[in-house]
Order: sequence, then C-alpha cells, then structure tokens
Amino acid sequence: MDWQIIWDSLPELLGGLQLTVEITALSVAIGLVLAVPLAILRLHPNPLIWTPVYGFIFFFRGTPLLVQLFLIYYGSGQFSAELRAIGLWGMFREAYFCGVLTLTLNTAAYTAEILRGAIQGVSHGEVEAARACGMSGRLLYRRIIIPKAFRLAWPAYTNEVIFLLQATSLVSIITLMDITGVASKIASSTFAFYELYLTAAVLYLILVYGLLAVFKRIEWRISGHLREAKDVQPPEGAPEVPGPQMR
Amino acid sequence: MFDLQGYGGLLLSGFKLTVLVGVASMAVAIALGMLGAWAKVTPHRFVNAVAGLYTTVVRGVPELVLILLVYYGVPTLIQDFATGFGADIRVNLNPFAAGVLTIGFIYGAFSTEVFRGAYLAVPKGQLEAARACGMTRTMAARRILLPQMWRYAIPGLGNVWMVLIKATALISVIELHELMRAAQVAAQATRLPFTFYLTASFLYLGLTVVSMLLQQRLETWAARGVRRA
Repeated sequence: MDWQIIWDSLPELLGGLQLTVEITALSVAIGLVLAVPLAILRLHPNPLIWTPVYGFIFFFRGTPLLVQLFLIYYGSGQFSAELRAIGLWGMFREAYFCGVLTLTLNTAAYTAEILRGAIQGVSHGEVEAARACGMSGRLLYRRIIIPKAFRLAWPAYTNEVIFLLQATSLVSIITLMDITGVASKIASSTFAFYELYLTAAVLYLILVYGLLAVFKRIEWRISGHLREAKDVQPPEGAPEVPGPQMR
Repeated sequence: MFDLQGYGGLLLSGFKLTVLVGVASMAVAIALGMLGAWAKVTPHRFVNAVAGLYTTVVRGVPELVLILLVYYGVPTLIQDFATGFGADIRVNLNPFAAGVLTIGFIYGAFSTEVFRGAYLAVPKGQLEAARACGMTRTMAARRILLPQMWRYAIPGLGNVWMVLIKATALISVIELHELMRAAQVAAQATRLPFTFYLTASFLYLGLTVVSMLLQQRLETWAARGVRRA
C-alpha cells in the first residue's frame, strides 16, 4: 500500500467529491420536482394521461442507467443536425448536462413510483374527512394527500437518494471528474489501482452513511406522532442507522 | 430507424452473454446470501461482525467502483505482494470471472438481508417442534426451514435479480462483450449510437418483462402450501 500516492491525490479526490455531491443534489432536487406531478398523473383515471406516464416510468426503471446515459450522451449525436436547428446542441454536447439530465429522469421515474404507492397508501378515512371539511381537488392534495404521502414514502425515498448518490459514479464513464473519475484518471497514470479505488470507496462510504444519518434524523422528526409518549426525548447519540436497501 | 446494419447477430450474442452473466452472478449471490444470512443469525460474535461488515461496506460503495477495484486493483495488489517476496509475476483476470464474482459479491450482500428476513419470518415454534419430533438440526433446516424460507425470500430475490441484471451492463467497462459492450461496438462502427443503445434498452426491457412473469409463477409455486381465502 503506497500511502504517499493516496495522500498526494487527496485534494484532487476531494474536488471529485464536490462534483459528486453537486450532481447528486441537482438531480435529486429536479427529480423530486418532476416526480410529484408524474405520480399524480400516473393515478389519473384517463388512460390517455396515465399510459404515457407509465411508459416513461417503466422505461427508466426497466433499463440499466448506463444505457440511458449513453442513449442521451452519445445517442443525441445522431440527431446533432436537428438539435443544432433548435439550438439545443450546445447543451447535449456537454457531458455534465447529459449526466444530470439522465440521473434526473432516472430518479424522477423511481421517485414517482414510490410516491404513487404512498399516495395510494394514504388512508381513505383521512381523504373522506378532508372532503367532509369541504376540501377538494388541489386543496385536498396540497393539505392532506401530498404531506401524508411524503411521510409514508420517506424510508423508500431515503433508499432512492442513497442509490442515486452511488449511481452518480457512472458519470465518470462519460468523462466527468467525479470521485470515480478522478480515481480512475490518477490510477491509470500511476498504476496505483487498489490504493485509489479503495480511497474512492472510503469516500463513498462516508458520503452514503453520512447522508443516511441525516435522512434517518429527518424520518425521526416527521414521525413524532407515531411514537409512544415516553420516547419524546431524543435518545442518546445518533438514531440507529440501518444500511441502505435496494430500490 | 431500426436498420441494424448487420449488427443484429452481435447484439444477440451479447444478449446471450448478459443472460449468462446474470444467471451465474445470481447463483453466486444466492450462495453468498445464504452464507451471509447464516453468519448474521448464528450466535457467534466474530462471525456476526464479519457478516455485518460485509453488508455494510458493499451496500455503501457504488458497484462501478467495486468492479474497477476487483478488475484492476486485485491483480496489481497480488503483483505488489509478489514483488515483496522477490517474485515478478503478471496477473490478468478473466473479465467473465471477474464480472461474475464482483456482481455476485455485491448482490450477495443484498441477498443476505433477504435471506435473513426470510429466516426470521419462519416461526421459531416450528423448528422447535421439528427438533421435538426427533429431527437433527440439519434435517429440520432442510425439511422445515428451507422450504418455507423460499416463500418469504422469492419476492426479495426477484428484486435482487431485477437490479442485478441491469447492473451487468456495468461490466462492459471491463471489456466483456455482453449486450452493452456489443451495442457500444456497433454504435461506434455505424455512427448510429441512438439506434443501437435504444435497441439494447428494449432488449433489457424484454428481459425485465420476462423476469416479472417468471417471478409471479415462482411466487405461486413457493406459496403452494398456503391456504387462500
């Protein structure tokens, strides 16, 4: 084990970490904004509306992320003339844009499916009570269904975000310098393969379990009404953190 | 749009290799998962800790990093180790073996959790009853525990399989000519990347649909002993 190489490449790896965090945050944020309307439209009674949404979700959940990434990054090259004509070619030429776009669409599909399940899981009595109070349509969704669905969906959404964080490592394949990209670049020039990939692995572990702790903390905060009265005081130290699940 | 320019055969052979890699990795994952689940529930602190470390680390590191670590890292590690003993050797991993073992190793961690949950779902009283009837530990496990564990494990294993088969696309980075790699080769040769990646994505979708149908049949099979209203 050559510790010197690890030490010397640490600043550059931390720069990669910054890009990893940035791409994750961007995709999670935009993906969530897209997922809420998608989940609602997915439950629309009109098949002309829910079928295309279902098709989108099915495609992005049923194919590997790497294929989606290549489809958008390299595949857009097949339409460069058309894209140039509408002035979008400049964006699709950028690996950064394509990476964020793919990850966003991917997480939007998975999150929409999680939210759909949660919206269906909101108990009928609550919706009925809200209707009896005179709420309907948007007001009902905004005040009752969406907040309740978010609470129900939170554990599954936590896994989704963790999964996306790990999935950002794929953008290194389309030349972006995230943690994996930096590790690969230095490793192939110094031949210190296991030193760099192990360091990258440790950085991901820190990110993943740090993020997991934050999300579990939020889960603890938003589930206060479900706990016994005696547990109201937070327990000593951090809440127990189970490992990431698969989505 | 879907004129494959004679590369259809290449994609098809890649597809076959993807299925082969998937099935082989799944076998490794199931074996490791059973071992891991046993290690997690056995009353032995050290074994518990090893299994806990395995699932914690593997589930916290991206698959791509683990694949690169195994394929590029392990040979150099062995070489450096050998150099320390004054030997100069070259190690090259077979991409198929490296891919199958790495994917199997990763999804073994997820299967561990599935099997552990399935083990905990079988009522303890049944095992005690089996022991009281005079069965040995292994016999009780084989006759009582395993048949029931499958029923609880199959939905979880189905999920593992769905994610695993998509993860096999990643081993195209270590030059194994599975579906993704075949699509890459065809896309570069014909300069029609969209056509070929879209075809590949439909092949993966087909695999997903077939897997879903198979999973339903397996679940019915595994639940054949359960009474339904």
